[in-house]
Amino acid sequence: MVKVTIDGIEIEVPEGTTILNAARMIGGKVVPPAMCYYSKLKTTGGYCRTCLVKVAAGSAKDPRPMPKLVVSCSTTVQDGMVVLSSTSPEVTEARRGVVEFLLINHPLDCPICDQAGECKLQDLGYEHGLAKTRYEFPRRTFEKEDIGDKIKLHMTRCILCYRCVKVGQQLTPERVHGVMNRGDVAEISTFVQKNIDNEFSGNMIDVCPVGALTDKTFRFKSRVWYTKPMDAHRDCKKCCGKVAIWMKGEEVLRVTARKDENNEAIDFICNECRFDKKKASDWVIEHPTHIDHHSVISANHYEHEEQLKLGKFTDHKMIDKADPNKYLPKKKSKTK
Amino acid sequence: MQTLTTRSKVASNKKMTFVEKLYLPAIMGGMALTLKHFFKKKVTIQYPEQKREFAPVFRGQHVLKRDENGAERCTACGLCAVACPAEAITMTAAERKPGEEALYREEKYASVYEINMLRCIFCGLCEEACPKEAIFLTDRMVDTDYVRKNFIYGKDKLVDPLNNPIDVSKRETRETREFKTHPEFTHNKLNTKSLK
Repeated sequence: MVKVTIDGIEIEVPEGTTILNAARMIGGKVVPPAMCYYSKLKTTGGYCRTCLVKVAAGSAKDPRPMPKLVVSCSTTVQDGMVVLSSTSPEVTEARRGVVEFLLINHPLDCPICDQAGECKLQDLGYEHGLAKTRYEFPRRTFEKEDIGDKIKLHMTRCILCYRCVKVGQQLTPERVHGVMNRGDVAEISTFVQKNIDNEFSGNMIDVCPVGALTDKTFRFKSRVWYTKPMDAHRDCKKCCGKVAIWMKGEEVLRVTARKDENNEAIDFICNECRFDKKKASDWVIEHPTHIDHHSVISANHYEHEEQLKLGKFTDHKMIDKADPNKYLPKKKSKTK
Repeated sequence: MQTLTTRSKVASNKKMTFVEKLYLPAIMGGMALTLKHFFKKKVTIQYPEQKREFAPVFRGQHVLKRDENGAERCTACGLCAVACPAEAITMTAAERKPGEEALYREEKYASVYEINMLRCIFCGLCEEACPKEAIFLTDRMVDTDYVRKNFIYGKDKLVDPLNNPIDVSKRETRETREFKTHPEFTHNKLNTKSLK
């Protein structure tokens, strides 16, 4: 175990933990935003640079500060490390710059986008007050590509976080999509126009931090803040069957994985649950999903008192480090 | 205790004098006051033949504006409905089909857009929330009717008529104008780029 101080809060974490995960163990304002790192997928992180932190002291043995801001998602902690996250104006300024860069090519079609209301880029832009841009060149555009009848790809909205590619690599038996081309013209695409119809391909909708990959069965049905999220489950042979269903009246408009407080899927779900089970009778509804009261979705959203008291999401914090493979479907099927 | 008005008089039960008992001077005074009003400027107008000018900030019946090319600006983003304190607005979105580009400005549009005029309190928050400059409150009154269901205004009543567009230039605030024209806002850049 090593001791690390983040924003003045000391915590003991196992050796080899990244700064980001240590901050997540503390929770709250300390946690740096992350657009590309996904604890449930291996080799994610290091692309987006939104999780920059300042290391004021490298370790107890060598207390010199690190010369530049470091990415917290792929920097491991050392004993006696002192990290400044949201308390450092330098870090806030750097993140602001990163968000400005992410928004350079983003179309800002939030009024149309189905992700609006639960979009991390929207939150980040709002947090840093970036309503204006200094960029004067035309934004990149792409030829519209159809990647299947269930998933809609809006390449202009993509921030190239690679999360969906990792889903393809790690959750589905054979990867059919990835990042094509390089640099400015890099884009997510399917290999040889192949449709994505793997059992678990739908999870790339959940991992996408922006609205680049959205659910075609939910497309333009409603805005997220008019739907009521409910935790529900069903007996599914392929996945755990524990999902969040987004209802409007008696209708199930959308099915997603349940998300933890870091907006990461707690359990990946299969395509059958996600796309085909759109009747309330298909599901056993447990209770309303916990929604952060800062979110626009929390308007007219009521939760059970016990659920709020339990703070039920705190117990998910350690899961990823204990056994990162736990959520991969292969193991799931073995245990069943 | 401090009095609320300087014009209040304390009532007293003191005996009236003879002149006061006659009442005539008081009656004459009252008649004179009434007579004076005959020669004053009338405060009433003969509505509906005569119409009074509205203030530029008057908020009346809504209009869903079209853009310069006559395509509907509304993209059914739902922000007006979420801003509405009276929950008077409902809408259903639909995807624009190829060939409908002249009708709807963007890929999503409102296939149904309804405002319940009985619920609406004409606060103008929908106008303020609209990111697409689509909804405006105009200087028109909402018509009266006998049946409640007729107050649910659909797109047939709300969308700006093509041949006779409603002038909403007075409704634009300084902020709106800046929002529309300021070169540092992304959407303005997009517009100029696409027009070129």
